Amino acid sequence: MKFIYQTWWKVLAVVIIFYTLIAGMLLGVPRLPILHETIRNTYFHVPMWIAMFTVFTISVVYSIKYLQSGKEEHDLVAVECVNTGMFFFVIGLITGMLWAKYAWGEFWSNDPKQNSAAIAFLLYCAYGVLRNSIDEEQKRAKISAIYNIFAFPIMVVLIMVLPRLTDSLHPGNGGNPAFGKLDMDDRMRIVLYPAFIAWALIAVWIATIRYRIRLIEYKKNAIN
Amino acid sequence: MKKLVLLTAMILCFFMVHAQPGQDVEMADALRSSGKIYVVVGTIVIVFAGLAFYLFRIDRRLRKIEKEK
Repeated sequence: MKFIYQTWWKVLAVVIIFYTLIAGMLLGVPRLPILHETIRNTYFHVPMWIAMFTVFTISVVYSIKYLQSGKEEHDLVAVECVNTGMFFFVIGLITGMLWAKYAWGEFWSNDPKQNSAAIAFLLYCAYGVLRNSIDEEQKRAKISAIYNIFAFPIMVVLIMVLPRLTDSLHPGNGGNPAFGKLDMDDRMRIVLYPAFIAWALIAVWIATIRYRIRLIEYKKNAIN
Repeated sequence: MKKLVLLTAMILCFFMVHAQPGQDVEMADALRSSGKIYVVVGTIVIVFAGLAFYLFRIDRRLRKIEKEK
């Protein structure tokens, strides 16, 4: 856990994002009908979801750790990772809606992936409600850890699996070819993959800041 | 030799065909050729620079508070 106080990976994340901002706007992209220049949204919309998945995964790991160890700190990591993930969830949904307006014609066209993302969002809202409804600290930590462990795979199935089984407007789902087969080329990959890493790091960074604040609050409130 | 020539011809054909689709798709070429796209890139970079700086500042302030403990 020492790395959360170090600076190098935060600088790395910022530098890579600067690269994706500049290269993402200036490098060539495939010329595709309907999408036109909005294909560049891929560099910014998709990494939001990668960032979300990253912090949610860390959250589940720490929920499991909490159940093993009973250390309050592990619970604090789990909850702050979910809080950060929710932020990226919202940004992912909003950027997706804006893009959808110009690519598909509607902000919300009841696309299976949009709908199941909304359900997954409610699933994690319920996590927050559940936490806040329990006053007793250990009980709250334990119950919300268990809930988190169950919510995570359901979220993954909702967002990653179910939309792929039916027709969806999202690339890579249903009868739609994935980005990468027809729409994407190597010019995009050299921007997109670094963007995934960098935004995941940014999400982790924000989560660690939130965790450190939470830890101070927790220590302040603790009865010695 | 004949085969080689044929192969080269085929590959050339492939490139020609490959380069064709999409050329008529409207992109922000005017913005690029007149150089104005750099203004947009500049704006975005400034926005993110500000945000990153802000995050680093928060990080530093937090470290100070942690050390006081």
